[in-house]
Amino acid sequence: MTFGLTAEILARIQFAFTVSFHFIFPAFSIGTASFLAVLNALWLWKRDPAYLKLFEYWKTIFAVTFGMGVVSGIVMSYQFGTNWSVFSDKAGAVIGPLMGYEVLTAFFLEAGFLGIALFGRKRVGDGLHMFAVAMVAIGTIISATWITSANSWMQTPAGYGIDANGIFYPEDWWAIVFNPSFPYRLTHTVLAAFLTTAFAVGAVGAWHLLRDSSNRQARIMFSMAMWMAAIVTPIQIFAGDAHGLNTLEYQPAKVAAMEGHYESHPDGAPLILFGIPDDKNQTMHYSVEIPKLSSLILKHDLNAPLQGLDAFPPEDRPPAMIPFFTFRIMVGIGFAMLGMGLWSLWARYRKTLYTNKWLLRAALPMGGSGFVAVLAGWYTTEVGRQPFTVYGVLRTADSLSPVDAPAVGASLLAFIIVYFVVFGAGVFYLFRLFRRPPLEIEDHELDKGPTRAAGVVPGLAQEETLGGPNAH
Amino acid sequence: MPIDLPTIWAGIIAFAVLAYVILDGFDLGVGILFPFFPDKHDRNVMTNSIAPVWDGNETWLVLGGGGLMAVFPVVYATVLPALYMPIILMLLGLIFRGVAFEFRHRTTRGSSWWDGGFWLGSTIAAFTQGIAVGALVQGINIANRSYAGAWWDWLTPFTVLTGAAVVVGYALLGATWLNLKTSGALQAKSRRLAMFAGFGTLALIGVVSLWSPFIREIYFERWFGWPTAFFSSFVPVMLAGCAVLLWHGLTTDKHLQPFLAALGLFVLCFIGLGISFYPYIVPGALTIAEAAAPESSLSFLLVGAAVLVPVILAYTGYAYWVFRGKIDPEEGYH
Repeated sequence: MTFGLTAEILARIQFAFTVSFHFIFPAFSIGTASFLAVLNALWLWKRDPAYLKLFEYWKTIFAVTFGMGVVSGIVMSYQFGTNWSVFSDKAGAVIGPLMGYEVLTAFFLEAGFLGIALFGRKRVGDGLHMFAVAMVAIGTIISATWITSANSWMQTPAGYGIDANGIFYPEDWWAIVFNPSFPYRLTHTVLAAFLTTAFAVGAVGAWHLLRDSSNRQARIMFSMAMWMAAIVTPIQIFAGDAHGLNTLEYQPAKVAAMEGHYESHPDGAPLILFGIPDDKNQTMHYSVEIPKLSSLILKHDLNAPLQGLDAFPPEDRPPAMIPFFTFRIMVGIGFAMLGMGLWSLWARYRKTLYTNKWLLRAALPMGGSGFVAVLAGWYTTEVGRQPFTVYGVLRTADSLSPVDAPAVGASLLAFIIVYFVVFGAGVFYLFRLFRRPPLEIEDHELDKGPTRAAGVVPGLAQEETLGGPNAH
Repeated sequence: MPIDLPTIWAGIIAFAVLAYVILDGFDLGVGILFPFFPDKHDRNVMTNSIAPVWDGNETWLVLGGGGLMAVFPVVYATVLPALYMPIILMLLGLIFRGVAFEFRHRTTRGSSWWDGGFWLGSTIAAFTQGIAVGALVQGINIANRSYAGAWWDWLTPFTVLTGAAVVVGYALLGATWLNLKTSGALQAKSRRLAMFAGFGTLALIGVVSLWSPFIREIYFERWFGWPTAFFSSFVPVMLAGCAVLLWHGLTTDKHLQPFLAALGLFVLCFIGLGISFYPYIVPGALTIAEAAAPESSLSFLLVGAAVLVPVILAYTGYAYWVFRGKIDPEEGYH
């Protein structure tokens, strides 16, 4: 079961496959956890049952997503050992404690309070329940912080030494945790997670508004999502630009691959809008370019010199094919998100936010845009790190376990089958949950006060909220 | 016995693994027992009893794995390739088991399918964990900081036996947990199952205990040599005590006692393993001291562990306290 591939390529495909599936769940649950905390806080503050209903609506979706994130994440924590044991042995003393801290500060926090956040409102009361919801949300962000630090250390290693056996040992923990690319990557990743959730929430809101533009919960969803789009997207574009400049400083070969620059440009590099990279011949086919623009963007100077891949030894060059395209997909989606945000501001000003059919229709396909952008950005940075696992120090080819190709091939096949069955079903169930209309609230119900209101609509009492018609 | 950083860390990792085994043990056990409870409503009560806590229970497995990579990287880098197939199977089993909690409520037609996945996933996870323990006991071939054995070394009659022992042992934990958390006919059935699983567990512990001293000289020395046998003998004596408490609790309709007695069996078996292993972390291949990461890694993470593990235990205990008592059979999900 090797499919004619080497153990190294099979192990890389396996890691890419399992981490891609894993990444989309936390990318969604990080934002959803914070969204739930905001909704619950609004409910406690304003005692407007619409917020409680939205909380209950998204809570179910969060539970399904979070469960898939947990089980796909456990796979990651063991795959370093099964497939990349030499990397684990050599870098474990540096990168392991970062993951250890992730478990101690984040995973337990999320898991410990998740039960109370999902099932415990009646048992512990509003105050402690709010605390539990907040702990889950904070846990997801702490988790993102540590794992981003670990990933950043692999991209821009710092604060370490290497002994005679080639084993990394820590010298300065501050330098390891706060390695050069960490602050940029963390900001860019967490904002990406928030935007992913915002556009998913916006699409669900839009879908229900297209059926009934007076649905109050759908209005709140869509409005909150579009505020996020309008405010966070510009910040994210700015953060992404800063991240790119940081990459240029520490990983210039990656930027050359992203830009599709096989050749160095001593007096101003063009921005290649489109082309077909040819890694074999190290040349770009059919390129459409704007002269000097790349130097302007990256160096803020039209005539600044810019290194191409030819400035690096052939054995140290990343492939340009994947980063070139995935980078363009990510940036393209970023500007589409910006467009949605601006359009929504205009519609809001015109008071047509909930009724502008074209805006609502446009929001539907944008619902998945964050997931695509997150994965595209992830591929850009990870493929751009090749041919190293620890950038510039430890090669991917030297990181592999002493595994036989058939064993890796067989487990890869098993992962592919199980993931498509299990997470395919999970995504199907998520869409089923998105399709439930967020229940209507009549004005007279608001007069009955919060304690009554929560149980007025059949199927909305605490223990029934999850299901609606599909539950049991 | 020198108390130094590697020894402290070996203790913490051992604690994490033990916490995982007894905590996820009972919720995997509930899954293993699914075929004995075909009724949909019974199954809902059973999953409701573990739904609020299973995720926290499983986090100890991540701490065991992640912690091992941080403080004993060479163990992580040799044991996992040695156990390649059982580990992958365990992970796939845990996936089916983990998603079933939510998925079985999301569908009517596919519900029994996910129930099947819940049972199979739980059983495979338990069996492969037992195989992993057995494979460690029988020894792993390590040369130059790297696994040097073959891909099927882990599969022997002994490891199949330890795999079966863990499945039956987890079933005992699950049955005594259900005896604690449920009422009426469901509880009565759980109690009967706990008796069978109790007999099975004790029998399998007996066979494994009599077999393993003959695998390695050092094990035999620890258990039958003088003076170590004097200290080691408290394990079988206390095991017998737990067995009596288990039987007494089940026959006199105690709710908590059988569960605690079953936990006691697991803790004692775990201590027994420790007696056999020390000072090795991978028997015959790597000692705790030689497998340890540099001191800077150990102390950096220890600062966090010393503060955070007690905090984690406190809020985990609180979460169990919030969901204490019998499960209301009328309560739905979420």
